[in-house]
Amino acid sequence: MTNPNPQSGSPDKEPASEAQAAQNALGNTERAEVATEPDRSVAKPGPEPEPRPSLGRLFLDNLWAANTFTVTLLSLVLAIVVGAVLMIISDPDVLSTYSYITSRPSDAINSSWTLVSEAYANLFKGSIFDPEAFSGWLNGANGWQAVLAPISETLTYAAPLVFTGLSVALAFRGGLFNIGAQGQATIGVIMAALAGFLLPLPPGLHLLVAVLAGALGGAIWGFIPGILKARAGAHEVINTIMLNYVATYFLTWLIVQNGVQDPNRTDAISKGVDSSAQLPRLLGDNLRVHAGILLAVLATWAVAWLLNRSTLGFELRAVGANPDAARTAGISVTRTYILIMVFAGILAGLGGSNMVLGSTASALTPLVVAQIGFDGILVALLGRVKPWGVLLAALLFGALQAGGNRMQSYSGISLELVTVLQALIVIFIAAPALVKAIFQLRAARAARLQTSLAKGW
Amino acid sequence: MEPGEIHALLGENGAGKSTLMNVLYGLYQPDEGEILVDGKPLKLKGPSDAIGAGIGMVHQHFMLVPVFTVTENIMLGAEQIRGGIAGFLDRRRARREVTEVSERYNLRVDPDAVIEDLPVGIQQRVEIVKALTRDVDLLILDEPTAVLTPQETEELLTVMRSLKAAGKSIVFITHKLGEVKAIADRITVIRRGKTVGTASPEASRDELAALMVGRNVRLTVDKTPATPGEPVLEVAGLVVDDDRQIRAVDGVDLTVRAGEVLGVAGVQGNGQTELIEAIMGLRPALAGTISLAGDRINGWKPKRVLRAGVGYVPEDRSVDGLIKEFSVAENLVLDIYDRPPFGAGLALKPDAIAASAKERIEQFDVRTSSADAAVGTLSGGNQQKVIVARELSRPLKLLIAAQPTRGVDVGSIEFIHSQVIRERDIGTAVLVVSSELDEVIGLADRIAVMYRGRIIGIVGPDTPREEIGLLMAGIGPDAAHDAIAAPAADKPGAATAVDKPAAADGGPASDAGSASEDEA
Repeated sequence: MTNPNPQSGSPDKEPASEAQAAQNALGNTERAEVATEPDRSVAKPGPEPEPRPSLGRLFLDNLWAANTFTVTLLSLVLAIVVGAVLMIISDPDVLSTYSYITSRPSDAINSSWTLVSEAYANLFKGSIFDPEAFSGWLNGANGWQAVLAPISETLTYAAPLVFTGLSVALAFRGGLFNIGAQGQATIGVIMAALAGFLLPLPPGLHLLVAVLAGALGGAIWGFIPGILKARAGAHEVINTIMLNYVATYFLTWLIVQNGVQDPNRTDAISKGVDSSAQLPRLLGDNLRVHAGILLAVLATWAVAWLLNRSTLGFELRAVGANPDAARTAGISVTRTYILIMVFAGILAGLGGSNMVLGSTASALTPLVVAQIGFDGILVALLGRVKPWGVLLAALLFGALQAGGNRMQSYSGISLELVTVLQALIVIFIAAPALVKAIFQLRAARAARLQTSLAKGW
Repeated sequence: MEPGEIHALLGENGAGKSTLMNVLYGLYQPDEGEILVDGKPLKLKGPSDAIGAGIGMVHQHFMLVPVFTVTENIMLGAEQIRGGIAGFLDRRRARREVTEVSERYNLRVDPDAVIEDLPVGIQQRVEIVKALTRDVDLLILDEPTAVLTPQETEELLTVMRSLKAAGKSIVFITHKLGEVKAIADRITVIRRGKTVGTASPEASRDELAALMVGRNVRLTVDKTPATPGEPVLEVAGLVVDDDRQIRAVDGVDLTVRAGEVLGVAGVQGNGQTELIEAIMGLRPALAGTISLAGDRINGWKPKRVLRAGVGYVPEDRSVDGLIKEFSVAENLVLDIYDRPPFGAGLALKPDAIAASAKERIEQFDVRTSSADAAVGTLSGGNQQKVIVARELSRPLKLLIAAQPTRGVDVGSIEFIHSQVIRERDIGTAVLVVSSELDEVIGLADRIAVMYRGRIIGIVGPDTPREEIGLLMAGIGPDAAHDAIAAPAADKPGAATAVDKPAAADGGPASDAGSASEDEA
């Protein structure tokens, strides 16, 4: 097993905790083998009574148990393969060629290949790079903006996901499952929008206040389940789910209130955020990418520092890994739980701010938050609940969404396929043994277990 | 293994005893080699194969369902069914079987008792009965005495003798030398996964220990008489509830002076854990006072208690003492991470943490591949050294060590004990809680015996272990004294009559008969 945790000087350096969590998760087979390894001069303890791990903990251990990079990559490949099968099945024209596959297999193969390759090509062109736009720019047919458009779209979709992903990841590291990023983002979006169109402030300050208002909204919505958990022992999963509903319906109600609803409209849409409170666009008005992505990178760095280089992060990780030992060592577990949820709320709230202060929307609608809170859970898991991993995962999800739009309009593949792809990736990542079994990875635990069973003694 | 033989498997923690036995029981698959039963190689795919081959196992940690009755637990996995397809459980037949087996081997258990209400010793008996109802010829007992009082241990040894007489073979896994010498016919010593020798029970304790550890070890704690100073910890009338809101500590008075070791002996679950947790601020004290060097510390948060100069070695290191996922270095600063030089304001100082870790790993002889290795990868003894190193490397007024050497190999025990005594000698008050009587006797200058939430007696370290054993079983000091004196007078030289090797090393050789009567 290779160390999934390359030693680097970045603040994301996780001092051995992953490598070791992996070792824990390897379980008894590994333990028995280690005892006979000659280079382990220190004898291993016999099978100790492991405290029964919680479901979430087990899930995380499984995430870490694998060589992260390989499994992530292979999960992507698998998801793409399954996605291809789905495309073929859902296209009646292509499917019909399979009815005579024995007589003319080339028909089925060719039509499938065309469909799938074009779809994925469009996914790529819509999210990263479009060669036609590039040659068009060289010819002078279009401007440089068209070349950067895919990237711009990807970054626009990725920015809020970075925040919600960090929110979920941070809570996870502290041993809490924050399903409430959606609700926290919703309250964040409300506060940011209200500050954006109600407060008459000068440019600059107005943006700052609006962003912070979003963070405050998220913080409040994180604090509630935090204090309920700490003081009353109420489970955060249940409370955050319930608060998601409260936030969503509060938003729906608020939009149609006097002073909030756009006076010129009868449908559910609020007034627009003043331009002085909008995040500046980075590459001119034609490209949607805005300063939110910069904030996202900054937030990633901040969370990485907080987790690994701060006393607060030490407490948080200690409480997450073993609350009993943390308490015995004098760390206030209840206080830490509250702080974790407040920080998670702030991050999700910032994600919400991005949705209304950026270029995606500039007014409140019932769907203004989209699914960023729930997608944040997937992003956090895909990013192995590590800050920089979350950033990369958010970029991937952003790319899938940006590319999915193009795939839908050019290849006629439903945008839902992208959602399916995202889910498949996470499922495969959560089941490293499955991925390894499919790809017959030699070093994999699952594989070794199988061979030893097969050869018996 | 011969029929009717008790074969002791001796080895340090992590030597591979349990692994070997788990292979024998079919839980693990061997990578190489084979197991021969009656000269034929045996392939075990799981415990059911092992049971089929006549191998039964009593695990170190009981595999019982606490809310089930004895009968239900015994029938579990081999449910008797009547009524054909309807598949009703035949509790009556199972119950009859349980009664029969327990009578045949003189293992008294109430088939209708619920497991969680039974004392640990009886639970273990249930495990043995469970194995016996499966018609096994070879019984594996994995560290059976780890959780027992001296009296219960003696009873277990009696049971083992009667099983032996009935022709059953027993593999007895332990790292307690006294018991091995008392009961074993043959001793195999394992070290780091290899058989390093076989010995007869006549071998001396020192020889066996040397075989186990691979070098000579001192089994007694060298120490000079204590020079007690001012009282450091004073506990008066302390009342504490456990997690189930049941009174666990019921009016305890204790004083620990600077420069002395007060040992608290007692069978586990008599309030020792709650007493210590109350002192540490981890559990509310319902009544009474706790003062540390004159300051009343009732209601202080754990952090404040720790800051006030209390070092704490919790009894369950993997739950309360260490964060397995954290590195050795991080665990070494677990309770001082926010103090200079390790933390300044909100920032941690990784360099200072690493430097101090390196120093302490050396000073306390922690065997680890590196300071960045996760603590969970270390052996039990080295994990415990990490905790001891952490607690002893700041200036202390009071050191509380609960079960400081549980599940720790002989070599590390020696080291940890010497560190505790060293701390005492520099004037720290030390409170040691242990269910290992040998440890308490070896370390303590005074011994307080706890029974059902009360201190039932405070005695000197020279008190005979039988007397302390009776105190642990709840027999008051005077009665205990008499109980010991009487049979000794009846049977002159009782100590030598019971079992020669056991008596020679002062092992748990108390009078088996009187002990089991007391237990009942």
